[in-house]
Amino acid sequence: MTLSDEQQIEALRRMWQIRFFEEAAIRLYGEGRYRGSTHPYIAQEATALGVCATLRPTDQVLATYRGHGAAIAKGADPRGMMAELLGKATGMCKGKGGSMHMSQTDVGFLGCNAIVAGHIPIAGGVALAQKLDDTGAVTAVFFGDGASCEGVFYETLNMATLWKLPLLFVVENNEYAISTHVSESISVPNISMRAQGFGLPGVTVDGRDFYAVYDAAGEAVARARRGDGPTLLEAKTVRWGRHSAVAAGPAGANIDKWKLTDPIPRFKQELLQRGVVSEAQISDIERDAKATIDDAVAFAIESPYPELSELQTDMYA
Amino acid sequence: MHELTYAQAINEGIREEMRRNQKIMVLGEDVGKYGGVFGVTRGLFDEFGGERVRDCPLNEAAIVSFAIGLAIQGRPAIAELEFMDFTTFAMDPITNQAPKLRYFWGGQVSVPLTVRTPIAAGLGFGTQHSQSLEAWLIHVPGLKVAMPSNAYDAKGLIKSAIRDPNPVVFAESIGLYATKGQIPDEDYTIPFGKAEIKRKGDDVTLVALGLLVPKALKAAEELAGRGVDVEVIDPRTVAPLDIETIIASVKKTGRLVIAHVASKTGGIGAEIAQQVVERAFDSLDGPPVRVAAPDVPIAASAQLESAIIPDVADIVKACLSFRNARA
Repeated sequence: MTLSDEQQIEALRRMWQIRFFEEAAIRLYGEGRYRGSTHPYIAQEATALGVCATLRPTDQVLATYRGHGAAIAKGADPRGMMAELLGKATGMCKGKGGSMHMSQTDVGFLGCNAIVAGHIPIAGGVALAQKLDDTGAVTAVFFGDGASCEGVFYETLNMATLWKLPLLFVVENNEYAISTHVSESISVPNISMRAQGFGLPGVTVDGRDFYAVYDAAGEAVARARRGDGPTLLEAKTVRWGRHSAVAAGPAGANIDKWKLTDPIPRFKQELLQRGVVSEAQISDIERDAKATIDDAVAFAIESPYPELSELQTDMYA
Repeated sequence: MHELTYAQAINEGIREEMRRNQKIMVLGEDVGKYGGVFGVTRGLFDEFGGERVRDCPLNEAAIVSFAIGLAIQGRPAIAELEFMDFTTFAMDPITNQAPKLRYFWGGQVSVPLTVRTPIAAGLGFGTQHSQSLEAWLIHVPGLKVAMPSNAYDAKGLIKSAIRDPNPVVFAESIGLYATKGQIPDEDYTIPFGKAEIKRKGDDVTLVALGLLVPKALKAAEELAGRGVDVEVIDPRTVAPLDIETIIASVKKTGRLVIAHVASKTGGIGAEIAQQVVERAFDSLDGPPVRVAAPDVPIAASAQLESAIIPDVADIVKACLSFRNARA
């Protein structure tokens, strides 16, 4: 697959939207505008965009509680997301989901899930439905290194390979649980090696390199659309910041080093070198992304809270 | 009318629904060619093929989760878990996912999921194959739980479960699989949340679940001979629970006995008793009485298990325990 200039520009715009969204989420939490927690996707933006740039609107994406990035990458509305974060009636889930349960099914974003790995086998069922529908649609399921230790991940690798499902497993290895490093929790150097035991392709790429992710995901998605089954794609990155608004974990000491690998400036440079955009255009795109998120924040703050009558709705279909 | 066993009635219900809606899927362990560990899905593979009736690896969590994924994509899915004890491996999809997705996504999806799982109490399968865990499930808002007690209800309830756009756990009783009933030839369903008064009576309200419904009816016959007129109620679904029918009965009888196979502490008996106490305290002649398994793991030995699983004699005794009972 080849990317048009417009697609690459849109990818940059959404990477910035994710970055600004997450920075705003952290700021708003600090201001006490919402409770609970939030799990920033900062430094992983290239992975969400690299994968979602290979997908069609009719394809499905499922993500974890660190899922704001996948949501924006798949085309979710930042206004609905920010309002959801603040628990407002205008939120994409009417304020019932919050940070960890965002979803927008009309753009093929089948939501964030807050049980680590709980969504992986659900994605398997979605992919099975796609296979039976025979429309060529695929599912991409995002999850972290932590989820790769849960049993249902292996159950799904087995079933998806056995049944040749159109499923792309995207494990985002950001190296840390709250504090435990992958070297203390995972028995192999690359999570993609897990694929060998299940008979599907396993690929590791630099998750901060948009083009590397795009190329690997494109190959996996093409394979899935052909009916040849799933692929396990490991996108390596490093979490800069805290695990969540509540739990800290390693950050600070290495942050300057980590920031040298920031995926956004890297993508920006590549776009300039490839002649896709000019410096002036880049500034416009950044400003536009910032304006989108500022607007989402204002919208969310101004929006009303849900009526108490909403408590009992959406329980049953 | 035609005669079917409880197991055959469930099979017929699934078969009719699968004919009615081509999207319906069955997933489980050995549910395909083999027809299920207890034969409940027998013949479905031959009629509907391996795409719709899928033998799965032995991974309960993934079976239920895959069924959820199918359901939210518009394919009503029936997952079979071979024993209710095995729901423990699938508790995340059953309790954290299926009943909540619609709510926390603000109504964007519906989850037409049926988890069929049988209770083996009283059959010597031992403690990890014999538990009745329905009380765990009714504690989770959003989940419906059916417990059929006879072939006619089993068919009507499984059809309602499959047509329901919400998640249902369908708790079958293996001890009832071979019991026979008359089944109408025409299509019928039994609504959820509607109890059946199996026997009218004025002296004691006896609410029994699943396997204990036939035993409750036997107990009522025995008590009738001793001058105690028992009203036997089968809730048929425990979530939603038809508390109105139970309360109306208690207002008439003043006495309440609840009988279930599950262990006593935290069982559904406690919930029913409390709801009656809250709403019909003044009608009660005495405290509600529970007939339930003692709080021990279910032993395999027939000698020990028979002391655990409530029997007709236990129910009779409970109904006679009221100080002012008329017998």
